[in-house]
Amino acid sequence: MKQHLDLYLTLLKTSIISQFQYRVAHLFWLLAMMVEPVVYLVVWGTIATSQGGSVAGYTAGTFAAYYITWTLVRQMNIALTPYAFENRIRKGRLSNELMRPIHPIHFDMSYFMSLKVVTIVLWLPIAGLLWWVFQPIFTFTAWWQIPAFILALLGGFVTRFLCLWALGLVTFWVTKVSAVFELYFTIELLLSGRLVPLAIMPAWVRDISQWLPFQWTFGFPIDVAVGTLTGPQVAWGLAMQAVWMLIAGGILALVWPHAVRRYSAVGA
Amino acid sequence: MSQTIKVDTLIKTFQVPEREAGLKAAVGSLFKRKYREVEAVKKISFGIDAGEIVGFLGPNGAGKTTTLKMLAGLLFPTSGQIDVLGYEPQRREKELLRQITIVMGQRNQLMWDIPALDSFELQRAIYQIPEGEFRRMRDELIDLLSMGDLVKKPVRNLSLGERMKAEFISALLHRPKVLFLDEPTIGLDVTAQRLIREFVAAYNQRYQASVMLTSHYMADVQALCKRVIVIHHGQLLYDGGLAGLVEKFAAYKTIGVTLNDPDLDLSEYGEIISNSKGQVNLRVPKNATAQITTRLLNEVAISDLTIEDPAIDSIIEQVFQQEAQVV
Repeated sequence: MKQHLDLYLTLLKTSIISQFQYRVAHLFWLLAMMVEPVVYLVVWGTIATSQGGSVAGYTAGTFAAYYITWTLVRQMNIALTPYAFENRIRKGRLSNELMRPIHPIHFDMSYFMSLKVVTIVLWLPIAGLLWWVFQPIFTFTAWWQIPAFILALLGGFVTRFLCLWALGLVTFWVTKVSAVFELYFTIELLLSGRLVPLAIMPAWVRDISQWLPFQWTFGFPIDVAVGTLTGPQVAWGLAMQAVWMLIAGGILALVWPHAVRRYSAVGA
Repeated sequence: MSQTIKVDTLIKTFQVPEREAGLKAAVGSLFKRKYREVEAVKKISFGIDAGEIVGFLGPNGAGKTTTLKMLAGLLFPTSGQIDVLGYEPQRREKELLRQITIVMGQRNQLMWDIPALDSFELQRAIYQIPEGEFRRMRDELIDLLSMGDLVKKPVRNLSLGERMKAEFISALLHRPKVLFLDEPTIGLDVTAQRLIREFVAAYNQRYQASVMLTSHYMADVQALCKRVIVIHHGQLLYDGGLAGLVEKFAAYKTIGVTLNDPDLDLSEYGEIISNSKGQVNLRVPKNATAQITTRLLNEVAISDLTIEDPAIDSIIEQVFQQEAQVV
């Protein structure tokens, strides 16, 4: 345990040093990523106002709360995309990582965790500006909402990270699988709460998304922060995150030894 | 002396997709894909002792890197046995990975944006090197490679030679017992090449590490390896001393003579390789060297005569041009 802690802390420290080398690039990247939620926010805020103040219970203020939290959740659940995995295998870049006496997943995990440290620092002033412009309305019903949100945010990242890593393993069998990844991300966009809050979606869409990982990585942490969920709903969401972590982690543990056998280390 | 690497009838076969050129063939391959089996390594066997430096030679595509990757555990062999320090490398057990390293001349393992010193710290954590031992080893390697304060500069700002030296430090911090070096001096200038060679020799001597080296620079091989393994088309052509390679494959010798009369024609004694102001180099069949030398001394007025083996590069080239004959 002590060994792993030392490794993670050093990996985090090294990655943060590396990330801060490009803080301006990060800032512009972050600003570019803000365009998407601001567009959604303006559109849904306008619709809510034109429909007498709310859409499916969401007012302009709660939409603002949803999409401002969205910007944080989006930053927090960024993980290694399967595209990067494809690139890594096609060009043999996995070789370096395979030579180390540690599973490559730890490098990716620590890298993306360090990315969050940098982006949170840069996100805070942007969030402050959005808050000032759009006047969000959060509902705080109980003290546990804050720790539950932090837990849901962390759980969302780990769940998404493991799911994407597991999906990336497909690359060991099929060299170019970008089309499969596109399909995955389109479904994720629709069923995660990224495009619109799931509460606005038809009931059958909500029913399906209950049993898929997407909403637990995106819409769920936002709903916890905005205050639209009851205590049992929050507990259920955290449990679903745990279930999907176990499923994706199990797939990884089972498939990885077979995947590595297929690695051809081309170009490295 | 105990063997750290044992390879027995190792085979590696790749399945390579193939199709004819053109649109019709491309469409056809959508429905029915054809594969061809390519045997990259064909039943090779050898062993390497602790503390031994072995040159692993062969032309591009001979199967050198494929073999090295199998020995390092990056590739699974199709069949045959590999034993490195008592482990099967393809199982990638942590205990083995902590004792080996691979340095590839065309691959960067250090983090690009941060000083090498920070990357070394990462290596410490990865290999769980005790703090005191890490500092001692790091400083020793920095000193051996005369890196000084260069390790404080971001890796992207280092020259190719400096970067390669930093790569070596990073790769050896955990004091590996087996080193796989794949073209470690490629692209480096002569001084940097010499430094790297001296460093590898010093590390080998100090820690009795086994080293397997592939290089297209014969100067690397001559400086470091008493023994060479030559493979071609995936087959073992030669395994033995560097001197033996010359003896076995050099069909010619070079006789150099300094003539008293610079205009004298020596073409009847052998093939003239060069002729400059009476300094003539003749290529003669190896088994006729003694006889031709005697004739030259008796029949021609010469002030000096030397007999040399051809350069190792040309012998290797000659070996590669021959059909593969398994030793």
